Amino acid sequence: MALSLEHTEEYMRDPRKHQFSPYADNGGTSIAIAGDDFVMLASDTRLSQGYNVLSRNHSKCFKLTSQTLLSSTGCLADVLTLTKILEARLTNYAHEHLETMSTTAIAQLLSTLLYWRRFFPYYVSNILVGFDEDGKGVVYHYDPVGHMEKMTYCASGASVTLIQPLLDNLVGGKNMKDGRTTPITQDFAKRLIHDGFVSAAEREIATGDGCTIYTITKDDVTEETFKLRKD
Amino acid sequence: MNISRQLVNPMLWSGGPVPGEFYEFPRICRKTESDPLKHTLYPSTSGTSVVGFTYKDGVMIAADTKGSYGSLSRFMDIDRLFKATDQAVLACGGDIADYQFIKDVIEQKVRDDECAGSMKVLDAGSLHCWLTRVLYNRRTRFDPLWLDCVVAGFKAGKPFLGFVNKIGMAYEADEIASGFGVHFSLPMIRDARDKKSELTKEEARKLMRECMKILYYRDCKAHHKYQIADITAEGVKIDVCDFKKETNWDVAFYGN
Repeated sequence: MALSLEHTEEYMRDPRKHQFSPYADNGGTSIAIAGDDFVMLASDTRLSQGYNVLSRNHSKCFKLTSQTLLSSTGCLADVLTLTKILEARLTNYAHEHLETMSTTAIAQLLSTLLYWRRFFPYYVSNILVGFDEDGKGVVYHYDPVGHMEKMTYCASGASVTLIQPLLDNLVGGKNMKDGRTTPITQDFAKRLIHDGFVSAAEREIATGDGCTIYTITKDDVTEETFKLRKD
Repeated sequence: MNISRQLVNPMLWSGGPVPGEFYEFPRICRKTESDPLKHTLYPSTSGTSVVGFTYKDGVMIAADTKGSYGSLSRFMDIDRLFKATDQAVLACGGDIADYQFIKDVIEQKVRDDECAGSMKVLDAGSLHCWLTRVLYNRRTRFDPLWLDCVVAGFKAGKPFLGFVNKIGMAYEADEIASGFGVHFSLPMIRDARDKKSELTKEEARKLMRECMKILYYRDCKAHHKYQIADITAEGVKIDVCDFKKETNWDVAFYGN
């Protein structure tokens, strides 16, 4: 049937709505690597929009509980809203159940929160890290609409295409003759994160300025920073 | 539905008359309610850059007083900066009407707090946080407040400087600018900070004047008259400055 598109209901909305974009890309990259008794989560500290650097010390990592950390990159407006809602839900849970939510429960909650906005998504790439029921380090990776995958290492955000292959090779042992035989040590993970960010900052404009690495163990969360190139 | 549209070849030629319908002659523009160009054809009054940075004793923030109507310099003496409380100042770029609306809402909020006998005054951190929620809500409803807000003041006794824009994108930093200020003022402030990490009040004022002057030279929607707010532990001081007499436009006559 010859029905022209501009006469359908879809194309006859309020004019102002076509002028305005509700999303922005604020860049940012994060890496997570899990070991048997630790997890590391790192993100760069550049906040950008297009070619502008808005801030040079803006961490994308959020400490949700003493054992669970979240890193969110993408549209900062959505990042702020999502983390605010998540933190409120965790506080409510803690008050109702008199204990903090487990990493696995938070992982499912985050997926549900993302899927609630399936048709007006949060434009955010998330990595959630913590410990599973057996006490082993875990990394959960999400797409913007709530698809969740449990892994032991992953990268996300602006430089994911530069860093993920590196991790696949050196942590996952992909396409190696014998694969990976030795367990991941904290020292190895830290050096890998460092090299990953330094390399990404060379080639990707939305990544740079500095990097914060959080290391979670059974006992505590430690934080350390190093500098990246500022151009 | 019109029968003619169901014909195999409804139009005689592309854009031409259709059997059984009135023909719309080309170039006779009929502006209807659903015209998608409406917003850009009829711009409303807007303000340009806002610049702010922290210094040794507090925070300084400035905005010029021009209201532009598209490329027309429509109003020369408009407020784009106001004191919400003794600990919070808000300055906005973007739509002036939206700024005046949010200003009224904030002033009423502050009055409500006062009348309710609240022990705490609204500080810059709280105002910034509240603005992120309001602006994000409006963008999610596709009815945004067209603003770039810079909130300056104190949060829990420490200097605070924060930014929120029309989609609810918000961050805190030691130097913040919106509009052309991002390109011209931010590098100047970061450069000054690299040379000397803690600026004194005099240095901060001089730097701000230099920032506003460069913006006046380079941004055709900027103005020589500007409001500057200085927020310290003692309170808020708002001045109106003008550097028209200092500017040098010799280059405009070069070669004439």
